[in-house]
Amino acid sequence: MDARYDVIVIGAGAAGLTAGIYLARARMKTLVVDHGTIGGQMILTYSVANYPGVAEASGAEIVATMRRQAEGFGARVLGQADILRMDLSGPDKVVEVEDEGTFTAPAVILATGGVPRKLGIPSEDAFQGRGISYCATCDGDFFMDQDIVVIGGGNSAMEEAVSLTKYARTVTIIHEFDHFQAQPWAVEEARKNPKIRFLMEQDIREFAGDEHLEKVVVVHKRTGEVTAIPATGAFLFIGYVPNTAHLKGIVHLNERGEIPTDDLNRTNIPGVFAAGDARVKRYRQITTAVADGTIAALSAVDYVNERARQPAMPSRRQRFLKERRPVQA
Amino acid sequence: MLQTNLYHVETVEQFQELLQNNEKVAIVCGRMGPMCIPVYGVMESLASRYPDVQFRDMEFDSPVGRETIRALPETRNFNGLPFTVYFRNGRVVAATSSIQTKQQVKEILDRTMCGTTAGAQG
Ligand SMILES: Cc1cc2nc3c(=O)[nH]c(=O)nc-3n(C[C@H](O)[C@H](O)[C@H](O)COP(=O)(O)OP(=O)(O)OC[C@H]3O[C@@H](n4cnc5c(N)ncnc54)[C@H](O)[C@@H]3O)c2cc1C
Repeated sequence: MDARYDVIVIGAGAAGLTAGIYLARARMKTLVVDHGTIGGQMILTYSVANYPGVAEASGAEIVATMRRQAEGFGARVLGQADILRMDLSGPDKVVEVEDEGTFTAPAVILATGGVPRKLGIPSEDAFQGRGISYCATCDGDFFMDQDIVVIGGGNSAMEEAVSLTKYARTVTIIHEFDHFQAQPWAVEEARKNPKIRFLMEQDIREFAGDEHLEKVVVVHKRTGEVTAIPATGAFLFIGYVPNTAHLKGIVHLNERGEIPTDDLNRTNIPGVFAAGDARVKRYRQITTAVADGTIAALSAVDYVNERARQPAMPSRRQRFLKERRPVQA
Repeated sequence: MLQTNLYHVETVEQFQELLQNNEKVAIVCGRMGPMCIPVYGVMESLASRYPDVQFRDMEFDSPVGRETIRALPETRNFNGLPFTVYFRNGRVVAATSSIQTKQQVKEILDRTMCGTTAGAQG
């Protein structure tokens, strides 16, 4: 198997697959590697209605098309492939993939996206799938005529709370602040729904129950008052965090763990570019990830071509011999 | 019908035959939804690494789903798709609800399917 590529893309979400399409179409030998499912967050999206040119489609359908496009132009796309080692410091970047081998390339695009933010309390993992869920469309019908909570204050929390009222008897939205981050129209929609009530300025202390979730214990942030809310379901929509923990010490990250880039999506390391939700940016959408993937790919093409035009750097031995050569009179 | 590269279990007879004729079996019972698709992908990718384990999927809303995986006591309190159940010698040795990573599935397979005796329930 050929181990030398022009560009290696880490992550096959919207940004990584788009980079794969542009790179392969520019005749770059391209490898796209993902340690999870091809498609990233798009796979988690039941219905996408705001991707221009596509009236409405499931995330999985958009992923299948993007993958076909990337592979159709010649990119190699690997899913469920764990990266064991990554050295991005030198002119030749090295990426070692479990069961596949070690690959090198002059340029790498980091498109590792985001992962759902968790509350980080011990009882959260214990009740995953036994009351705690991150997908209303997947699991809503398990909670027919039951009392449930939605945790979060953004657009997703508001929209999913409204959609869960199709199944649940009551939906309590629990939020940590005294105001919502969601757009006013989304809050308005939730406020109008008679099944929804709101609990503001609450920290989640514990999820409790025997075999499955029975109550959510919250603490009022100012008064310290503790309340146990009876609930068989808790849907968490508290945002996403950049998936960059593994890049610490490899590439510069800001205090939120996002990758800073310039407007050509270059990172602080020559030959390393970043795209998508893992980058520093305000709006995280499929369209912005796709735009990022395009920019990073075209910048990487320029970088690889520029490097190919430059005379090869002399090796240390050649430099040593040259320096020792006696000066001609 | 699930659109995956796994073999599907479509009838109760197939389910019974599978458990009777194979020591190690893992079944993902779900829909073509956001939490299920990644788990089918994980199972597909692990099939070659665990050649002695039979990896299958099953439609959650089908009669076989209702009569087998969903009727097990081990899945009674589950309310996150997919339900993934691991069998050894016909006995449930582990069961999980909702999305799982490749690492989590590998950990269960190594714990319950390796060695000569069935592992503890997970
Ligand atoms: C439930 C939900 C609904 C949404 N709805 C919409 C919508 O309707 N419209 C819209 O425009 N946007 C929507 N979004 C946001 C949108 O999906 C994301 O902004 C976009 O898909 C991000 O793409 P990405 O490629 O940057 O990252 P991701 O999609 O997160 O992809 C990153 C990929 O990198 C892989 N990866 C991570 N670390 C590594 C590693 N170390 N090694 C190898 N691979 C790695 C991951 O497995 C993943 O596949 C939604 C998001 C969610 C979660």
